[in-house]
Amino acid sequence: MTQALQDLGDYISAALSQEVLSTALPKGELVISVRAAAIGKVLMFLRDDTNCQFKQLMDITAVDFPEREQRFEVVYNLLSLKHNQRIRVKASTHEDTPVPTVTGIFSTADWFEREVWDMFGVVFSDHPDLRRILTDYGFEGHPLRKDFPLTGFVERRYDDEQKRVVYEPVKLVQDFRNFDFLSPWEGLLPGDEKAEG
Amino acid sequence: MSESEIKSYSINFGPQHPAAHGVMRMVLEMSGEVVDRVDTHIGLLHRGTEKLIEYKTYMQAVPYFDRLDYVCPMNQEHAFCLAVEKLLGIEAPPRAQFIRVLYDEIGRVTNHLLNTTSFALDVGAMSPMLYGFEEREKLMAFYERISGARLHAAFCRIGGVAADMPAGLAEDILAWTETFPKVLADIEDLLNENRIFKQRTIDIGIVSAQEALDWGFSGPNLRASGLAWDLRKSQPYAVYDQLDFDIPIGKNGDCYDRFNVRIEEIKQSVRLIRQCLEKMPEGPVRIDDRKISPPPRAEMKSSMEALIHHFKLFTEGFHVPAGETYTVIETPKGEFGVYLISDGSNRPYRCKIRPPAFAHLQGIDFMSRGHMLADVVANIGSIDIVFGEIDR
Repeated sequence: MTQALQDLGDYISAALSQEVLSTALPKGELVISVRAAAIGKVLMFLRDDTNCQFKQLMDITAVDFPEREQRFEVVYNLLSLKHNQRIRVKASTHEDTPVPTVTGIFSTADWFEREVWDMFGVVFSDHPDLRRILTDYGFEGHPLRKDFPLTGFVERRYDDEQKRVVYEPVKLVQDFRNFDFLSPWEGLLPGDEKAEG
Repeated sequence: MSESEIKSYSINFGPQHPAAHGVMRMVLEMSGEVVDRVDTHIGLLHRGTEKLIEYKTYMQAVPYFDRLDYVCPMNQEHAFCLAVEKLLGIEAPPRAQFIRVLYDEIGRVTNHLLNTTSFALDVGAMSPMLYGFEEREKLMAFYERISGARLHAAFCRIGGVAADMPAGLAEDILAWTETFPKVLADIEDLLNENRIFKQRTIDIGIVSAQEALDWGFSGPNLRASGLAWDLRKSQPYAVYDQLDFDIPIGKNGDCYDRFNVRIEEIKQSVRLIRQCLEKMPEGPVRIDDRKISPPPRAEMKSSMEALIHHFKLFTEGFHVPAGETYTVIETPKGEFGVYLISDGSNRPYRCKIRPPAFAHLQGIDFMSRGHMLADVVANIGSIDIVFGEIDR
């Protein structure tokens, strides 16, 4: 199984040498990184090539790495029923650089891309209907970014005087406590012989 | 413009509607009684599960998975535990795996019983719901006996399950598998050849195999379109490779096929439950690694190390080596994926949940175009959606 995936990774990177940046096989799962601008071409190839046949796009998601220059990593998970294989395609992008949409290749990408836009603020160019999907009507911000606080910014209640739902800034009775669990005893103290062990 | 031309108008459906199976709002663009376009508004049950998990230790994240698809909670815990175990490089002991699979299948029966019978209710048949819920209640009791909770079990642990099966439970489940097929046969009698039921479901919402692939369908909805694909067979996890079962598939991909595939899957699940009970080995139900699994209560009273382990596990939790995985299992609704990224700390860096019903609900638009308004309800019922997992 691993060997087959390894071969497949080599095959893809040979066929798409311009687009594929790297291939890896962590935990026995094939991962390829591609240039974001070429994502459409890569997915088209993966879908239609006889050795790939990744006919199903199972999932699109993103990961936020604020410390990286290209902050967002958009992740596509594909499945081939024919060869019983999975592949993960990654494309990095800036906050304001759009990623080309793949709705023309996989119809299912529509909602998944809307979700990534909603949660991370990654823009997909040429998407037919890029609206928010999971958050409230009129929501501001992108909640799954690492710099978005867990408690959010607004809270909602029904105001009996105004007879409507009102939005107010979050008031916390107790500040949100985020504990630092990283142990000071592991590898941080100079001359600590246990740190080496 | 001729006078007979029908003016198109839009209808608001939901967010509170008995046929919406939860809080869903749809804006239907109609021309007369025929649906032109369905614009589904979801997210009314969005709770930010993925964000919350990023702020919890791995052990604390497990109960969030109960609250996704609350009709089959333990299946999803299983998916998360498998993902973490993959990153940790451990495997649950055989007995724990059998218990997980046993409860996966019990979850599958409860899920399909709820879906098939409420689908029948949506299209006008009330009695199957009453029959089905009686049996569901018994399965809920099995959930309660092993975990203490009827719904939100929080029973799977990373590296095993929380506890062994209590005495007498296996016999009771076995006795249930003897009586249940009779009830299922009654439900089938009421529906399968029922003229009204067939008129409401046959040739409604046809999904071809090509469309099912294109729209990311999985699980029974994919199989109803004629593709024999089941992750339990094709990419076996836990102990499914030791068990014997068949994959039912449909022919036309309409609502009737989706219904029948689910009914047949219930029968296969009953087979699997019996096999699990027969083959279940004796042994521990949790991994014997004190860095991951807490020590028994009795040991903590006498051993200082056990006490320290317990304290560390329930405050700091355990650290998972950096890495990432996309782990999938076959939940009753389809492919449930957990894309987990660890940065080496005690909390997940990112945990993306791939809910099967999210892709299915998206398909409502193309399935319902050109059908009558009442058929939209049949379509919603047949694709089996639960908003806990769609909205997360």
